[in-house]
Amino acid sequence: MPTEPPRPGRVDDRDQAEGAAAEAPVSHGSLVDAHAGRYAARAAGMVASEIRALFAVAARPEIVSLAGGMPYITALPLDAVGEMAGQLVAQRGPVALQYGSAQGDPGLREGICEVMALEGIRAHPDEVVVTAGSQQALDLIARIFIDPGDVVLTEGPSYVGALGTFSSYQAQVVHVPMDDAGLIPEALDECIGRLAGLRQRVKFLYTVPSFHNPAGVTLSAERRPQVLRICQRAGLLVVEDNPYGLLGFDAEPQRALYADDQHGVVYLGSFSKTIAPGLRVGWAVAPAGIRDKLVLAAEAAVLCNSSLAQLMIAEYLASQPWREQVKVFRELYRDRRDAMLEALGAVMPDGCRWTRPHGGFYVWLQLPPGLDSKSMLPRAISSRVAYVPGTGFYADGSGADHLRLSYCFPEPARIREGVRRLSEVVGAETEICATFGAVAGAGGGRGGASPADLTGPAGGSAQL
Amino acid sequence: MSDLGQVLILAGGLSPEREVSLRSGARLRDALREAGVDADTADADAGLIPAIAADPPSAVFPAIHGASGEDGSIQEVLTLLGVPYIGAPPEACRFAFDKPVAKAIARSAGLVTPPSVTLPREIFHDLGAAAVLERITATLGLPLFIKPARGGSALGASRVSRAEELPGAMIACFAYGDTALIEQCVPGTEIAVGVIDLGGGPEALPAVEIRPLTGSYDYAARYTPGQTEFHVPARLSPAEAKAAASAAITAHCALGLRDLSRTDLIVSDGKVFFLEVNVAPGLTETSTLPMALEAAGLSLGTVCRDLLSHAAARGT
Repeated sequence: MPTEPPRPGRVDDRDQAEGAAAEAPVSHGSLVDAHAGRYAARAAGMVASEIRALFAVAARPEIVSLAGGMPYITALPLDAVGEMAGQLVAQRGPVALQYGSAQGDPGLREGICEVMALEGIRAHPDEVVVTAGSQQALDLIARIFIDPGDVVLTEGPSYVGALGTFSSYQAQVVHVPMDDAGLIPEALDECIGRLAGLRQRVKFLYTVPSFHNPAGVTLSAERRPQVLRICQRAGLLVVEDNPYGLLGFDAEPQRALYADDQHGVVYLGSFSKTIAPGLRVGWAVAPAGIRDKLVLAAEAAVLCNSSLAQLMIAEYLASQPWREQVKVFRELYRDRRDAMLEALGAVMPDGCRWTRPHGGFYVWLQLPPGLDSKSMLPRAISSRVAYVPGTGFYADGSGADHLRLSYCFPEPARIREGVRRLSEVVGAETEICATFGAVAGAGGGRGGASPADLTGPAGGSAQL
Repeated sequence: MSDLGQVLILAGGLSPEREVSLRSGARLRDALREAGVDADTADADAGLIPAIAADPPSAVFPAIHGASGEDGSIQEVLTLLGVPYIGAPPEACRFAFDKPVAKAIARSAGLVTPPSVTLPREIFHDLGAAAVLERITATLGLPLFIKPARGGSALGASRVSRAEELPGAMIACFAYGDTALIEQCVPGTEIAVGVIDLGGGPEALPAVEIRPLTGSYDYAARYTPGQTEFHVPARLSPAEAKAAASAAITAHCALGLRDLSRTDLIVSDGKVFFLEVNVAPGLTETSTLPMALEAAGLSLGTVCRDLLSHAAARGT
């Protein structure tokens, strides 16, 4: 780093205007960002990335994007929602456009309790804290629990947005393996024991038990009490993130972990998938002590969340057939899941394996040995298809042998075309890796090789 | 307002440099508006040709980076549409965008360029990658720079210091294109020299010295403010500065470029090495051409306004 404060754009000899051939002047460096030396250590990873650059292309309509997890908002009754919003402002404007409480609108919190009842949760509105999507709830939880260096346990892979939040609070993330039935209790137990032996401060287990992002798997009913028992025994808080819980395709919603342990679990919910992410309304339900701190932390962060958005959701729950709308979404996403699984089965080259989700938005695909999903992404973009490389879902740099595919947004015909393009990309990359793999072994020396122990396209019971 | 009429900046495109191009385009639009020009941006998509046909701009500034923007494609289309544009004609763009071709032309014009080989991926498959790579390292030594023969922003490019890193670097490179340029890594001062021609012949702008704080001048170092230290003008001896300016002008002329370009060079022990040339240089906050203009006491908006006027007067 330079010893003097950097000055953006500074130059010391304007005589250079006539060309570089003039006298050599004294030149001071510029870092462009005058504040470059002042950022907190936690900002160190906030840099431009090739992957983000590629995603900027993926947003173009020419590309079939199997990358983003955007809900299919077009399926909402937009006219009715629009009319409802207009009436809301006309009739309750002084409240809807005013500051509200940091805990959230009481009427909405009642509605949230009704929604959670579908997953076996009996909560009181006073236990609910409304947040800007469940992402803000994650941030608030990290804020009140994590000191730099604390450990957070989570599935491997895990939700990229949670990993980003934990990283910004300088947590150490330790991944616990999953298989087709979700988090493996024995592995969790072993991990907790190992970390205790190392005298690590483990603050909580973060888990997405239903229709996991990105893995697409669900923690089985048999394992749910096992996971809770292990955490109770270890005195470990569970943070249950459940944005997809109501979007199951084949059965009634799974019973939430919180429903069976209201003292040891913080539950995070969201309307982003069942109504609309643009409204940014989610929530946390937590034991009283945690809830009080979450409210104070929310107040410090944002004073209060959008009153208008909260009242819109409350009104939507009260006046619109939201259960039927969730059913519309479920059927729509099931058709798209079917299109994706059918296309994957028909065209993907040998050596690829993938999960078969029973709800939610995502399929987690393992590439043939030696392929790296991150370095393959430019080839995919050139072939007009996008996915998310697996490395984003691990805090430890692993996951290069996997990628996430989402089926929630593109229509079935586009999904089939996207998978067809992806199969060609994988075929071409396999050929390149075969060419260079002989030199450095599978993976071309880039690491990220995975245990090739999956039993078939369904993933069997092997680890993800 | 200037009497130039309405001008159009093309930004975006579908190359991996889309985001950079959008930022370049937005910055240029603001600079031109500040200079009194009625400027707007448009993406290179299915709406472009009907829009230009319906309301032809007085001149176009192609600020699309990477393929289609820099390989001559957009320039061909603009020629077909009969719209004046800034920058090199299609054929010159094709030569400039292809790094090995540009190196060959620069060499034939008397410039020195680091020893390199250019190989398509098939050759590694057909002859065996191990044998080919071994021959490359035996001949060129290490470290090496591996980069896609066509492309920019260091995407797919990597510096390789150990032989075992080569296969991974080749795979990463071939994800961006089917031909790789494998170049000897010449130690020295990395500089970028902008060239502008406002009608009186090409002139070199002050050289910008590029010093990434960690590692190489990769995508993150290019587009994250604070990751790279820039010295304008570059810390060169008068003789080196003169040689660098002359090399940039030589490359600009030899490749048949027009209006503006940016040449990337390495200055090593008083010797100037040509690396590559760009016909649509980046214009973002961290790009070197705007820094060089500022160092020359020129403003991006007025220079580009004058270049556009020049292009409009020139016609197609």
